[in-house]
Amino acid sequence: MSKVIIIDDEPLARSIVKEYLQKHPELELITECGDGFEGVKAIQQHQPDLIFLDIQMPKINGFEMLELIEQPPNVIFTTAFDEYAIKAFEAHAIDYLLKPFNQERFDKAVAKWMEQQQNNANTSAKTEELLDTASQSPSQSNRVVVKNGSKIKIIPVHDIFYLEAADDYVKIHTQEGYFLKNKTMSHFEQVLDAQQFVRSHRSYIVNVQQITRIDPYEKDNHVAILRSGLKVPVSRGGYGKLKAVLGL
Amino acid sequence: MADHAILLWSLDWPVELAVIDSLISNILLLLICLLVMNTVRYYVPEFTQYLNILCMCVVLTILWLLLSKWLLGLALNSYEGYAIFLRRSLMVRSSIAFLILGIVTMIGIIWFNWQDQKRSEERKSDAEKLARDAELFKLRQQLQPHFLFNSLNSINALIGSRPEEARKMVQQLSDFLRGTIKKEETQWVSLQEEIQYLELYLEIEKVRFGNRLTPIVTIDPLSLSRKLPALLLQPLVENAIKFGLYDTIGETVIRISTVAKENELEVIVSNPFDPETSSPRQGTGFGLKSVQRRLYLLFDRNDLVITEAKDNIFTTRVTIPQLSEA
Repeated sequence: MSKVIIIDDEPLARSIVKEYLQKHPELELITECGDGFEGVKAIQQHQPDLIFLDIQMPKINGFEMLELIEQPPNVIFTTAFDEYAIKAFEAHAIDYLLKPFNQERFDKAVAKWMEQQQNNANTSAKTEELLDTASQSPSQSNRVVVKNGSKIKIIPVHDIFYLEAADDYVKIHTQEGYFLKNKTMSHFEQVLDAQQFVRSHRSYIVNVQQITRIDPYEKDNHVAILRSGLKVPVSRGGYGKLKAVLGL
Repeated sequence: MADHAILLWSLDWPVELAVIDSLISNILLLLICLLVMNTVRYYVPEFTQYLNILCMCVVLTILWLLLSKWLLGLALNSYEGYAIFLRRSLMVRSSIAFLILGIVTMIGIIWFNWQDQKRSEERKSDAEKLARDAELFKLRQQLQPHFLFNSLNSINALIGSRPEEARKMVQQLSDFLRGTIKKEETQWVSLQEEIQYLELYLEIEKVRFGNRLTPIVTIDPLSLSRKLPALLLQPLVENAIKFGLYDTIGETVIRISTVAKENELEVIVSNPFDPETSSPRQGTGFGLKSVQRRLYLLFDRNDLVITEAKDNIFTTRVTIPQLSEA
């Protein structure tokens, strides 16, 4: 018996998946969720084997929800139309169902998942890549979703002061202190707008709109002073990049 | 021509000589003028090429002079003393011919230049109109796919459990789509018509989102006969629904109201939002931008769409100027 959760904000969209699931007694529907917050909670609580996930949902979308979960379960996406999402699926998803879909197509997706289960394929690495591709969509690149204890926080990118590398995490510094996100610096460098966020140092990415001045610091190095008074190290290479973006 | 003849006659030349002289000189001049007109018609010289034009006039004048001298000599040398008179008057004749030719050439150039300009302006405005139509068409097309596929998915779900409702929704969706296809972007419709169309859209969205969506429509009865560009309200409401439903959790109230003002129709749409998470950029979604663009193209005004965010409510106020009876 495998545990299944459906996450979709439209009640009818959930009911059609529920209907199609009846043909699969080996899949047990644990619960349904109407948004990503509920989804995160339910996944942590029930540890499902498979989820059916919509992309466009209130507050946080399906990809952002997955980013918040330490070890995301296997996912079959259900979505109407989103070119970025489809690009991401094509490369990395187990399967995706384009709405509207019929029982036959649904069965095929389930069979595909079962097959991968038996082959014991490593699907979590694929999920990472999927999220990387999806996070380049315009709806996602203007904000960052983080988990703060049990709370979920959505940070608009213009509120970010700077990012700092911290082992396997990245510290996102804002007005309200910092938040941790389980991503790499190069991920953020790729996803954030390069005209606004500059990798000023191996361990730092700074929001140029926050910089008030750049002072020399020791030999060959500089330091960027932010509006909030915070200081961000600038390496020699980083100084060149900053100058290019600021048009100096 | 008559002037030419009278002048000769007043110089004591016989009438028939005066007439023949005048006829020959002027018909020749006329032919050369026609030649010039035809040349500038197909080859319109730039105004800057004054020297070329001047040279052309000089050459043509000389040509005219030689021709008319030869012909006049041939026809009228039998008159006593005419040969001497002809030689003496050559300078006067040539300068008059030169002046006439010059004026005709200038008029020709100006006329054909003007014609050319008029044609290119017509072309330009045609092209602009085409581009505008295409742009408006594109703006509408981009709004559809998400809505369409999700609605079909809802119908698919209803077929199994509530076939009657599925049938009703198919009907509503068809009527809605027919409305989209039938109406031209440039067409003006009454608010009443537009509201009927909007109700179809809201019914479909209510089925999709269930209890989460509560639209409240308040119509000023006076405004029902006011006019607005077709299909303007639906993207506005679509934007409010998207913004409202995807930025908040729980029930979403969308308020739509209309007010008839003097020479204006005002439509106000509001939706809840979460000030903590929505960046200002999200405030002007694609739907809003397209409405703004359409109104700008129609009225050449940028102040017709006003947005305001206050107390977790995002309000869009659209003013539609009423064209005096057209």
